[in-house]
Amino acid sequence: MSETRFQSLKDLPAAHLLGTGTAMCAGCGALEALHGIYDILGEKTVFINAAGCMTLLSVYPYTPFRGSWLYTAMASAPAGAQGVRDALDILLEKKRIGPEDDLQTVVLTGDGSAYGMGLSATSAAIERGLDFLYICYDNEGYGNTGHQSSGATPHGARTATCKGGHGFGGYKKDLFAIWAAHRPAYVATVVGAEPLDLARKVEKAKAMQGPRLLIALAPCPTGWDYDPRETVKIGKLAVKSGVWPLKEYIGGKTVHTKLPRKRLPVEEYLKTQGRFTHLFEPQRDEQTIQEIQARVDAYWHEFDG
Amino acid sequence: MKRTLLTGNAAAAWGMRLAGVDYLPAFPITPQTEIIETVARWIDTGEIDCRMVTLESEHSMITAAGAAAATGVRVFSATSSQGLLYGMEMLYTVAGWRAPFVLVNVSRGLSSPITLEPDHNDIFAARDSGFLQIHCATCQEVLDSIILAYRLAEDERVRLPVIVNLDGFYLSFTREPVEIPKSETVARFLPPFDPGNVRFRASEPVSQAVAVLGGGPYSYFRYQAHLAAMNATSVFEEIGKEFEEFFGRGYGSLETYRSDDAELVFVMLGSFATKAKDAVDRLRAAGQAVGLVRPRLLRPFPADAFRQALAGKKGVAVIDQNLSAGSGGILHRELTAALYGQPETPPVLASFIGGLGGRNIGPEDFFGIAAETSQAIAAGKTPPPRLLFSEGELKDVRQLQAIAGISPEKPGRDA
Ligand SMILES: Cc1ncc(C[n+]2csc(CCOP(=O)(O)OP(=O)(O)O)c2C)c(N)n1
Ligand code: SF4
Ligand SMILES: [Mg+2]
Repeated sequence: MSETRFQSLKDLPAAHLLGTGTAMCAGCGALEALHGIYDILGEKTVFINAAGCMTLLSVYPYTPFRGSWLYTAMASAPAGAQGVRDALDILLEKKRIGPEDDLQTVVLTGDGSAYGMGLSATSAAIERGLDFLYICYDNEGYGNTGHQSSGATPHGARTATCKGGHGFGGYKKDLFAIWAAHRPAYVATVVGAEPLDLARKVEKAKAMQGPRLLIALAPCPTGWDYDPRETVKIGKLAVKSGVWPLKEYIGGKTVHTKLPRKRLPVEEYLKTQGRFTHLFEPQRDEQTIQEIQARVDAYWHEFDG
Repeated sequence: MKRTLLTGNAAAAWGMRLAGVDYLPAFPITPQTEIIETVARWIDTGEIDCRMVTLESEHSMITAAGAAAATGVRVFSATSSQGLLYGMEMLYTVAGWRAPFVLVNVSRGLSSPITLEPDHNDIFAARDSGFLQIHCATCQEVLDSIILAYRLAEDERVRLPVIVNLDGFYLSFTREPVEIPKSETVARFLPPFDPGNVRFRASEPVSQAVAVLGGGPYSYFRYQAHLAAMNATSVFEEIGKEFEEFFGRGYGSLETYRSDDAELVFVMLGSFATKAKDAVDRLRAAGQAVGLVRPRLLRPFPADAFRQALAGKKGVAVIDQNLSAGSGGILHRELTAALYGQPETPPVLASFIGGLGGRNIGPEDFFGIAAETSQAIAAGKTPPPRLLFSEGELKDVRQLQAIAGISPEKPGRDA
């Protein structure tokens, strides 16, 4: 990573490019990540958005974006990017616009869209080699509709549709692996709480061509039930506990960009969020906590060993 | 005048070719596929300069079409039936973007039961989407309507996407002599697409399709789209006349056939109306004053043109090739709403449902419809809607049921 212009936190932009005063909740981890990403991507972009919390960034007649924006629907933002990219290419080829008017096409969706309804549109966009950047902000549930379980919800989490004693019975889908299996140019995980790692990855992705995809873990005070001031702390704990591995897939290989050498126990992370309270109160659900720990351990064992 | 034998699908492909389309997002479905295959061949041989991308669904296809039009290129796409419904969310969405492009729908009955043969339930499902609709009865009309559709869609008073509809099999796979206009003439009639300020350029950032809060702005934008669609009525008449100056064939929002002095008028949409024309001739020969009115435009609904064409008629028989379960024929409902309470409205407005899933509507059906409507005129009362189905057809179904081991005597799902 020596070629990066982001050697230390001091190298990050001092002021954010994305405007303020949006309708996002205080402490929104998705917005935190988006700020970091937008600072690097810049305004020569068109954001193609799917239904979710971020749809309310641009509410007529306001927008925090200095560049362009197109809201599509929940399932088809990658197809929207296809249409915009193809149209720009046609305009460039036929010399109806000059290269200075070209734009980066950026898809912005939540996990519900990325892991579920929009997965086939994404798969096809990657398979067609579409030149685009996909940002999935992963708040691990259908946030905009009140945080029901999605394909990204972690095991044991309480959601609006899993309020029982054990929380969500399923397991978070490995979207990174699914995306990487398509052999796109670039896939990476990021989190707003690790801004240097994030900036380096966005910088790298920005300079590449073809399908480039980012999954940003997005701590969500509203859906995860914690005090908004904890967002950064929780983001860091997700990394330090090994729950959210920071990694990238590039040139056919997956590399971890930050190794949590001494991993904290997952419960340090779980305990910070109301959605996992039932694992600790009124009684400790040792079995579930151990199961979550064992899965994280098994993941890292593959790489440590 | 040189004419070439073309299927409806080939005529559609020629329409898009002459329109100088930049971009074609596609997805296969019978009976539409021949259109995109024809275009793909022309792209391969270098006969046209168009980019074609096969999407993974019609939902994505219509998203890509709308997004490309919103970026400022001329877009064409085509689908049918299940595909049109699969993309339904995006039909409404891209119409709201005011992204002008042309989508061909080759009408085919909807599942269930699944079929390949035509009727109009698919296209009627898109009725309220904000797309304008032009319906064709001949292969020539398919080609011409696509060129007209671009003029209509891109007109600054309109700026809405347009569906050009043709019937599966009866038009899509039927060869008819078609005059292919010269591309230079088409280029004069249809200048390059000017996207105005609705487009994506780095130097002029724009937010499109943003959310609104509250019913006020929502209503405002919905009303805007509606008023634009209403503008399309006169714009269509205008460009239809201009088309005649260029190509010698004029198009209005309605086609009328021997209806001026008719007492009883058939109203029908699409290619089956040619069957009605033949029936009109036979009924005229038998001494009955019968005529036909066929709407070319379904959206905007040509209410004024209908009122004029049907004023003073004794009776109207609307033959719907669609069925709104629990209500009846949709065109009949729309026409009733347009005529009710107007001066000289025909006292009898009878409804007939037929031609579902490609079922033929033969001369005997038209004779029956004319007879029933005449009786209603004499009685001064509109009869209840009638579902066209013959004894013979029922017998055939009974035979199939027997093979399937189903006895109609046992209580089943038969109504
Ligand atoms: C076709 C369709 N189904 C359902 C919805 C309702 N809906 C809007 S946002 C949303 C949740 C999206 O979840 P996610 O992608 O995770 O984004 P988040 O809301 O968490 O930001 C749902 C279900 C919709 N807009 N469109
Ligand atoms: S619900 Fe969560 S993801 Fe959505 S805006 Fe609020 S904090 Fe952000
Ligand atoms: Mg979500």
